[in-house]
Amino acid sequence: MNALFYVSGGIGIIAGVMVVTGKNVMHALINLVVLLLAIASVFFCLGAPFVAVLQIVIYAGAIMVLFVFVVMMLNLGREAEEQERNWLSSVFWRVPAVLAAVLLAQFVVTLAGREAAPMAGVIGPKAVGRSLYTDYLIGVELASLLLLAGLVAAFRLGFLPGRLERDDE
Amino acid sequence: MSSVPTNHALILAAALFVLGALGVMTRRNLVFVLMSVEIMLNAAAVAFVAAAAKWRQPDGQVIVIFILVVAAAEVAVGLSLLLRIYHNWKSVDVDEVSLMRG
Repeated sequence: MNALFYVSGGIGIIAGVMVVTGKNVMHALINLVVLLLAIASVFFCLGAPFVAVLQIVIYAGAIMVLFVFVVMMLNLGREAEEQERNWLSSVFWRVPAVLAAVLLAQFVVTLAGREAAPMAGVIGPKAVGRSLYTDYLIGVELASLLLLAGLVAAFRLGFLPGRLERDDE
Repeated sequence: MSSVPTNHALILAAALFVLGALGVMTRRNLVFVLMSVEIMLNAAAVAFVAAAAKWRQPDGQVIVIFILVVAAAEVAVGLSLLLRIYHNWKSVDVDEVSLMRG
């Protein structure tokens, strides 16, 4: 079980590097799906099977399909890939990389110094559901409001004027 | 079931978060920026699940469900804005959309 955590964590980090440094949008999306699935198995190793399943169904299933559809609608071709290559090889990359490396080093130094207390035990869907619908009931209501707001905003913004005229041509 | 140290889970979360932040800082393509934000949200979720496992309370996993909700809403609004920007500017370069002088 421990080995599964380290292997899937490593796969997640490698996939994340390939997303951040990717040139082709579609390949980066597939790498992002790999990252999400790796994180789902990390959740499973940390004793959270319910969240792992939700991660696969909602993130890797629904949200990524949304991404794939939008990228297909954008229809970015080979010249976009060339443009990405030009942008990535520029000097913009250096200073943020150094800053991010310093931040990561700080995290690792701080966290590695503590005693490594092992965790054990699975928190099943029953406990999560009970907590969700008793202690966090107001949060569920707010989440539904947020989703409604997102739906309305996406509907309003997604309505492109001029789309109909272009279809007539 | 498992005996992963809390440190290691938190280091994984930190590494993913830094990776996502690096992507947000460096990429100019709006699609990649949104994907990097997704990586950062997932890193936060890993940290919450690690905390839930350490204290053996379900609260951390409940927060991860809320993170899923926020991510879904963010992606819906962000991608429709992206389509709008592409429709107006014929580009997904965040530096080109500088009407607000940002």
